[in-house]
Amino acid sequence: MSATADTLPTLQDQFAAADRLIRRKKIVALSVPILLLAYFIYVFFAFDIPGIADRARGDNAMTLIRDTYSYKTHVTRENRSGAITVAKEGERKGAWPEGTWPDWVSVSGDRAEIALTDGHRVTFGPDNTAIYHHPELGDFAAQASRADGVQLDRDDGTLPDFISYTSARLDIRTEAGRMTVTRNRTEVFRYFFGWELFWFTLDSPYYGHGPVDILFGARIDPERSNLAGAAQDFWNNAIWQHNAVTWAIFETVLMAFLGTMGAAIVALPLAFLAARNFTPLAVIRQLFRRVFDFARGVDALIWTILLSRAFGPGPLTGALAILFTDTGSFGKLFSEALENVDGKQIDGVASTGAKPIQRYRFGVIPQVAPVLISQVLYFLESNTRSATIIGAITGGGIGLLITQAIITQKDWEEVTYYIVLIVLMVMLMDWISGKLRQMIISGEPVGMTAKLALGAVFIPAIIGAVYVVAVWLRAEAGRWSDHIGALFGG
Amino acid sequence: MADTATATATTIDTIRESYQALVARRRLYSGILIAVFVLLMVAGFLVANDRNAGGFWDGLGNIFDFPADVVSEAWQKRADMPGLLWKYLPALIETLNIAAVSTLLGFLGGMVLSLLSTHGLAVWPRLIPLFRRTMDILRAIPEIVVALVLIFIMSVGPVPAVIAIAIHTAGALGKLYSEVNENADLKPVDGLASVGANWTQRMALGVIPQVAPNYMSYALLRFEINIRASAILGFVGAGGIGYELRNSISWGTGRFDEAAAIFILLFLTIVAVDQLSSTLRNRLTHGRVEAML
Repeated sequence: MSATADTLPTLQDQFAAADRLIRRKKIVALSVPILLLAYFIYVFFAFDIPGIADRARGDNAMTLIRDTYSYKTHVTRENRSGAITVAKEGERKGAWPEGTWPDWVSVSGDRAEIALTDGHRVTFGPDNTAIYHHPELGDFAAQASRADGVQLDRDDGTLPDFISYTSARLDIRTEAGRMTVTRNRTEVFRYFFGWELFWFTLDSPYYGHGPVDILFGARIDPERSNLAGAAQDFWNNAIWQHNAVTWAIFETVLMAFLGTMGAAIVALPLAFLAARNFTPLAVIRQLFRRVFDFARGVDALIWTILLSRAFGPGPLTGALAILFTDTGSFGKLFSEALENVDGKQIDGVASTGAKPIQRYRFGVIPQVAPVLISQVLYFLESNTRSATIIGAITGGGIGLLITQAIITQKDWEEVTYYIVLIVLMVMLMDWISGKLRQMIISGEPVGMTAKLALGAVFIPAIIGAVYVVAVWLRAEAGRWSDHIGALFGG
Repeated sequence: MADTATATATTIDTIRESYQALVARRRLYSGILIAVFVLLMVAGFLVANDRNAGGFWDGLGNIFDFPADVVSEAWQKRADMPGLLWKYLPALIETLNIAAVSTLLGFLGGMVLSLLSTHGLAVWPRLIPLFRRTMDILRAIPEIVVALVLIFIMSVGPVPAVIAIAIHTAGALGKLYSEVNENADLKPVDGLASVGANWTQRMALGVIPQVAPNYMSYALLRFEINIRASAILGFVGAGGIGYELRNSISWGTGRFDEAAAIFILLFLTIVAVDQLSSTLRNRLTHGRVEAML
């Protein structure tokens, strides 16, 4: 009793201790925000944030936003030859066939009438003249000639600010459209809502037909049935390249799948060698732990660079980069899980006379399998995203397509399309990995729709896999029979 | 007596039979599952190998060529190595700064989003699904996409990378934090509500102190991941050590000593932060097994 009373602190001591604690907490509570603020001020100048306003390109942002939901059709006159072409986004693949015009363009001889929206019009006349008819401000007539460049019939001083004019170039930008005149070329842009030629290009007979027409209407192309023909033309759409995009998405998922699963297969046996309870020899254990640290520390970026030198660009390089990095992560995680197994179950299996392999198979694996599978499935989802990024570096999959589209700085509608596809792909992988975890780990039944959706993903994958393996086996068998034939036929 | 014995024997037989049938069925199922898995792996490898520029078996022989070049050149010029390490230190600090700022911003965003999307804590319970989907989408966008688009608008520099990583971090941390929030005790919140605290006060004083250790632990893990991400974004033009790395390896032969210096810096940083954060995280959560992502 008395001993306890002696060691118990007095009330004053306790008050004092409480005061100290509160004072310390106050200091921490005040100093953390101050330190953060100081850090942000440092970064503000280190990253040169005041200079961003100067460097930022507002016009780039406007083009980007406008392009995501609309496209422009170019009406172009080559001033030297007088030839007029109409093309979506000015691309050859989106051009109207010669001699045909959209209904807002009418051409007769060397004159052309181009209707823009809201009563704006442009008239191309003879001798390289072009007149922009503004409903409120009247006409702006321009003429391009080899000798004098571009001439405008209005005085420079009174020009409204949507027109920029020098003798080299006239540029009229309004809400309704845009006209540029240079010595060599007169161009008119008209903006339309939507993504151009997403379904069919202009050379497809199905262009301009709705889904009802194609499904239930009369046969459009006499050669092919409507459904097959439409599917074919959509698949081979030269502007949007739906087949290449589908392959790219597939390649990205493939990289993530091969990399994650390969890493799990490699890491599982190695993890035993790095777990305290399975490898008593500290040297070996430390060796394998350092191997895992190394694989993780080198990081996917460096692995990608190293491997792409050996294997060239493509999905295999990406898969191997993921495999190397994640062998490290899985090795660490798996060995931690193995260190937490319950020894009693292993003893029980051993008491029945099981050999080491059987002890692992029946004593250890059932205990750790749920943890391991759930970690692998988590990584599968996150690696889909990594595979996009690795694809951008090594040159494969959707990552390559999107970086190319961004670097050309032209087809922002395609960039938008790819972003939507990537987000959907990652969310789908997230969903699949969640459902599989639910089925395998917690044994919860999943709903009918989920089953159907999983089937829709896995059954084609399995059929495709069987096909690929069968083709490969046949080729291999042929090679072997050649070998054997060569041996005996000699 | 004899009857009971036979009856018992029959019951045991039936039990054994049904058990063996069960085992056989389970073996069949796992056999099929493993066969399908092997099939998918083999086919996947064949397709990937086919679509790769160089084949697997051809490349396997060259796998050490590039590392050997780098190491031999670095070894020849080993006297310059300390100088090179010093030269690239500022770039490394920039990469670390990008990771730190984006983790901090993502941490704040994730915290707010998670509080808004947890049942019992949300200000507008009806909007919970909206905030959850927002987090899903933020999480699904790869950093590189946002970074490249922002580089187009704001030109090359660290800020696009910061924004890109912060967006992803907010989504990823928001999801983990909302799982943490689910386990928070609501009594302090009720207590604060009863004395008239508003939502911000209830969250700051009632919830955050409970969840802070877990929040910090996940944020540290994210910082680790973000260092790697920021190095990768540098590689596509967002500044920092990744940018220097790309220059040093794409200028062809003769710069491999610089590449080696960058490899060393990046590797040491990642390993150091990894070790530091795992020690800190263990202390924060007392050896809790946490999800890695």
